[in-house]
Amino acid sequence: MDFSISQDHQMLADSLRRYFSDKYPIEVRNKAAYSAPFHSPEVWTDLAELGVIGAFIDEDHGGFGGAAQDIAVVFEEVGRALCCEPLLGALMGARLLALSGQDQAAEDIVAGTARAAAAIFEPGVVCNLGAISAEARQLGGEWRLFGHKNAIYGGPGADLVLIAAHAGGKIGLFLAQSPDMQAAPMIDGGGIGDLVMDGLPAACICEDASAMIEETLDLARIALCAEANGAMDRLIAMTTEYLKQRQQFGRPLATFQALQHRLVDMVMELEQSKSITIRAVASFGSDDQARHVAMAKNLIGRAGTKISEEAIQLHGGIGMTWEYAGSHYAKRLVMIDHQLGDRHDHAGRLAAMG
Amino acid sequence: MDLEYSAEEIAFRDEVRQFLAENLSLEIAAKVDAGGELEKQDMERWHAILNAKGWLAATWPVEYGGTGWSTVERHIFSEECALHNAPRLVPFGLSMLGPVLIKFGTEEQKREILPRILDGRDWWCQGFSEPGAGSDLASMTTRAVRDGDDYVVNGQKTWTTLGQYANKIFCLVRTGTGGKPQAGISFLNVDLDTPGVEMRPIKLIDGGHEVNEVFFTDARVPAANLVGEENAGWTIAKYLLTHERTNIAGIGFSLKDLERYRRMASAMTRDGRKLSEHPIHAAALAELEADLEALQISNLRMLANARDGAASPIDSSLLKLKGTQLRQDILALMRSARGPDAAFWDESPANTNSDLPPHADHVAPAYFNNRKLSIFGGSNEIQRNIVAQTLFR
Repeated sequence: MDFSISQDHQMLADSLRRYFSDKYPIEVRNKAAYSAPFHSPEVWTDLAELGVIGAFIDEDHGGFGGAAQDIAVVFEEVGRALCCEPLLGALMGARLLALSGQDQAAEDIVAGTARAAAAIFEPGVVCNLGAISAEARQLGGEWRLFGHKNAIYGGPGADLVLIAAHAGGKIGLFLAQSPDMQAAPMIDGGGIGDLVMDGLPAACICEDASAMIEETLDLARIALCAEANGAMDRLIAMTTEYLKQRQQFGRPLATFQALQHRLVDMVMELEQSKSITIRAVASFGSDDQARHVAMAKNLIGRAGTKISEEAIQLHGGIGMTWEYAGSHYAKRLVMIDHQLGDRHDHAGRLAAMG
Repeated sequence: MDLEYSAEEIAFRDEVRQFLAENLSLEIAAKVDAGGELEKQDMERWHAILNAKGWLAATWPVEYGGTGWSTVERHIFSEECALHNAPRLVPFGLSMLGPVLIKFGTEEQKREILPRILDGRDWWCQGFSEPGAGSDLASMTTRAVRDGDDYVVNGQKTWTTLGQYANKIFCLVRTGTGGKPQAGISFLNVDLDTPGVEMRPIKLIDGGHEVNEVFFTDARVPAANLVGEENAGWTIAKYLLTHERTNIAGIGFSLKDLERYRRMASAMTRDGRKLSEHPIHAAALAELEADLEALQISNLRMLANARDGAASPIDSSLLKLKGTQLRQDILALMRSARGPDAAFWDESPANTNSDLPPHADHVAPAYFNNRKLSIFGGSNEIQRNIVAQTLFR
């Protein structure tokens, strides 16, 4: 038994942490997070040069990683820094392009010269790929897409958008170039897109893509869990620090036992979250993948929300302010539960697995 | 045992309903229902409508322009207002300063200030909390030093809700030193256009502007603006914070939000089935409904205690604790019902033309904004301390 990460992973984590702590203060992050283009092109270039995107796919497709552990290492640092760059879109896009044999496009994503996003789900369909209703039809020898895709993370400004749609009785994967979509900031920062397709031209890159999409979704869920772990770790540290320095009734808040116990419960939730993420990472690619990823996403949905709510409450009014970095961490941790199926959706999946 | 309102109370409720049906504009009710922020003039217009009817100051005695309503009637009125999506009343003049003046003010202060609260000439805001004095309010340090007929005020207040609309502020200021920190506090009214008073906005977690900080730099305030005796402000503040808590459980808001949730859940699908038929959502809704049913009865029991002069000191703390927890739980369920689209965000209020897709709405900002419920008005930790101190006395 050995729960330590490899030297290479430690180096990747260290270099990312150093980059974020030197170049990515909360003011830089907030400036990018809430207004178009919802990220920082400079930071994006830096991250690509640091090899962050390359860690998402293997050597055969222009990357140098691609294992679940690679992804977890990157996203934990992303979460700790509250980075709002469209890395989830890049992860899903690069994986789907690589799995579909679109090697050149995948290399462009890794190099940071093109941005990708995945458009899988639809209003009312948050977790169950089989329930989507978008369709692809061949018109005049060209594929055209019809339907409505939402929750396209990193969609605004993406060059390559990978779209799931029914065709010929299967769910295929289609590639559209810079489709025009409704773009908005997310309340927790970063860009989200909404795409109404009424004959959108696209290339079919895989006719039977269900398995690769499910695999990519599970990997993206692992990424979100790792991101949450980094953000929780940081938010708990901020809360601890605040309780130590904030004085009320003539003594630090940290000396009140009722508050100490609540911090202990937050730490317990974080340890559980780290453990279930380790479990999901180890099971990726095995028969237990779906079960353990669903467990992780459910547990972390609960833990992230609880830790956010407690962190705000323990800070009092300060925790409610835009100016305080902790409020942005809290928003991210609550809203992670809304991505790729929430705690209820994954509890339902687990129950259905029996 | 009789859980029902009396015939007179039911008649009163019907009268309130009819009044709301005839006087609350659909446009304003729709804004409230959408969960967006109201504009200043929306609130002022509603105050004027209620004032014309004589129903604005529910807690004041009739002689000062109040309604003279009983505790139960006040409860019925506030619940019906919430259920019909009436704008919330701005509490600072009506529920805070007004009752304080009626109890502690001079006749001159009552004659001068109370009518201006009713007719909307004055919009008051509250200057209690300071950066270093939140739960521990008595540690506040804003100083007022007597100089001739004036006090010279220096210091900083914070979390001043809707101060951007106000022209006056009532403050706790430190006028005495030595002894217990509670002993040297006074209650002072200040015109916001006094030189040396500056209001700055605080942006909140949801991007909204509803609270402010207020800075006092050598601001000269007439000593006649003192309410009550010098150094007796703590007693007044305690009275203000505890005297009128009929609506503290927010029952009407919870009823309304659960109704919105049911509407939402029956109109939405989730992965191939109606959200209202999703077993986990249905079970969560059922539990919240049970909580709310019980809380309504708890609220009525405590109202009856108050009516009979048998209120327990812990009643309002318990109602605040459970009421705020429940409202926050309902808002969390609404947020999760909205799924990934809850993330869509823009800073404009719900009532303006928004670029958001029609399936996005304000459930996430409302959820984050209402984390305040367990922080303000005496944090839930302070409420627990009050209850514990009573239980273990």
